[in-house]
Amino acid sequence: MASRSAPPREATPVIVAREVSKTFRVPEERRHTLKERVLHPRRRTRYQTFNALRDVSFAVESGEFFGIAGRNGSGKSTLLKCLAGIYRADGDIWRRGRLSTLIELGVGFNPDMAARDNVVMNGIMLGLSPREARKRYDSVIEFAELHEFKDLKLKNYSSGMHVRLAFSVAIQVDADILMIDEVLAVGDASFQQKCFDVFNDLRDRGKTIVFVTHDMGAMQRFCHRALLLERGDPVYLGEPEEVADRYLELNFGRDPRSMAAGGDDRVGDGQARILDVWLENALGERLANVPQRQRVTLKARVLFMVDVRDPSSSMYVYNEEHRAVIIATTWMDNERTGDFDAGEEVEIAFTFDNILAPGRYAPVLQLAHRGSGLDMIDRFEGSFSFVVTAPMALGGLVDLPVSSAITRVSAPFEQGTRA
Amino acid sequence: MSVQAPAYESLGRPIHGPGALSGDWRRFWHLTFNIAVMQWKIRFYGSALGYLWQLVRPLLLFLVLYVFFTKIAKVGVGEGPSYDYYGTQLLASIVLFTFFSEATMGAVRSVVDNEALVRKIQFPRMAIPVSVVLLSCFNLCLNMIVVTIFALAAGVRPMLTWFELPLIIALLVVLTAGVAMLLSSLFVYLRDIQPIWEVLSNVIFYASPVIIPVTTVEQKLSPTLLHIYMLNPLAVVFQQFRHAFITHATPSVGALLGSRAAIAVPIAIVVAIFALGFWVFNRIAPRVAEDL
Repeated sequence: MASRSAPPREATPVIVAREVSKTFRVPEERRHTLKERVLHPRRRTRYQTFNALRDVSFAVESGEFFGIAGRNGSGKSTLLKCLAGIYRADGDIWRRGRLSTLIELGVGFNPDMAARDNVVMNGIMLGLSPREARKRYDSVIEFAELHEFKDLKLKNYSSGMHVRLAFSVAIQVDADILMIDEVLAVGDASFQQKCFDVFNDLRDRGKTIVFVTHDMGAMQRFCHRALLLERGDPVYLGEPEEVADRYLELNFGRDPRSMAAGGDDRVGDGQARILDVWLENALGERLANVPQRQRVTLKARVLFMVDVRDPSSSMYVYNEEHRAVIIATTWMDNERTGDFDAGEEVEIAFTFDNILAPGRYAPVLQLAHRGSGLDMIDRFEGSFSFVVTAPMALGGLVDLPVSSAITRVSAPFEQGTRA
Repeated sequence: MSVQAPAYESLGRPIHGPGALSGDWRRFWHLTFNIAVMQWKIRFYGSALGYLWQLVRPLLLFLVLYVFFTKIAKVGVGEGPSYDYYGTQLLASIVLFTFFSEATMGAVRSVVDNEALVRKIQFPRMAIPVSVVLLSCFNLCLNMIVVTIFALAAGVRPMLTWFELPLIIALLVVLTAGVAMLLSSLFVYLRDIQPIWEVLSNVIFYASPVIIPVTTVEQKLSPTLLHIYMLNPLAVVFQQFRHAFITHATPSVGALLGSRAAIAVPIAIVVAIFALGFWVFNRIAPRVAEDL
């Protein structure tokens, strides 16, 4: 994992939010025409209020890389728009320094104009003076690697080129605060890497960055601190690792508060309890970060409350997109797992070669009665996850050991036959 | 690594969402000017005759009206000095009116049509309608050159009162900007504004001294009605422009209303319309991103 140096501490924070709330009025039926207003002057449009944000308070220091995480609809983009001054929020927001935002790519780009006019115009929209915007044009084009295409009209650009141009403008504004919504997923791998390099560079130069994401990997790589939102409520503010864990808990459908209360809502008949789940290597050391290609074992400790005959156990390993990448079960190997008595403690083990792609994984473990596996005794999910590390992410779901070769099978063209 | 609650008092004034101007005049002006220039470029991009097309519309309207009212309906011919240079007077008024209607019609939809910008970028909102007006100003300047050439060819000679012209045009621009701000903000909440304004601007066209010389109106109306007629700021602008630019044979607004001080009333109306437009736009600006 990339090293995250602590931000330089300064006396006054650059962004402060105090009890920021945002309520949207959603009209039940939008009344837009005069006729409707004339015919029903007394009938007011009824509004439903929708609390997108409730009492969010935090302070971001200068030079800090601040993440805002949350599921879809948790209010993270709304919070960013409030901080950027696009929405008026209830509560107070203070901000110091020049702001550049990247909320949606290519907003304000005119498809009929070439790169130059668009770059200058976008720079002015973001707060540069026309002279400053023109001065930065060359470096924007250079960073976006669009030199050969700079005279092309924007409508002839590919979406990847759009992304590069928009991102380049936003970072070349040289703002003190950069606010980025989840927009970088569009670019290809090499451009994403470049963006991340820029993030590192900006961070080292003491710029403040507010970064909205649900890519927990990126958040843990870059953010000093992060805020987790759930349905408009701030759930947790602090270490990105903790935010990532809690985010996964939210995603596996469990309320973090009931988790903390002890988890009485576990499924299953409770004839046994899964006490703990962990991952260990061949030496028996528990792991949180697992290098790729190592042989690892997912273990669970189970306490039987009553006598159980031939229970079965299944393991699901979910990736960040909530896809089960690995599913394994004991009854495939052996249906007769043995009879266990009340009070007995056992260990279940699933051993596999770790070919998972780099990223965070959340295992789910189930214990069921003999049979289809649906007659559940206990289920363990959410509170344990592990990270797979690898020198390079190629983008596949798993990294199977593959051997590759390019071999000659015919002679080259003769000199004369070449067209 | 927790940050202690800061001393809120030491932070100065909190930001309070987007504003009409966001308190930064320079940024507002840069943005407005560059949007207008960009629109200007787009409008003429790829057309061979470019700006000439901008001229065709008022010229064609002028030609039709001129032929009709001088040869067929005979409104434009008559006794008296106010019929001097009828063609030039007609053209000048048409060009001024074209500016007003083009700018206000363009402004009505402007905020709604730029929804993507308004929702995604923080910038002084007022730049949107004002840039539409500015774009029409570019047109007006070029059209005025044509009008001047036309006038000189028709025999109009430069007069000292030409120095009044910037003031008259400024009054028209202020009025137009006020109406543009008002319409563009109302349109967000009431989509009927567009057809209403299309009809209304036609009414304004005939209620202003464009075709019918003001002296003819004066003969037909009682003094009270004439005063009401001259409450229309466009009537004041057009008539004073004719007086100052083309010929002193057609009366100045002051002469029509009986005293120079009476000009203060239409000027006050223009200022009031501008203030109203500004105020309304300012009120909707912080919320417009979420109400679109």
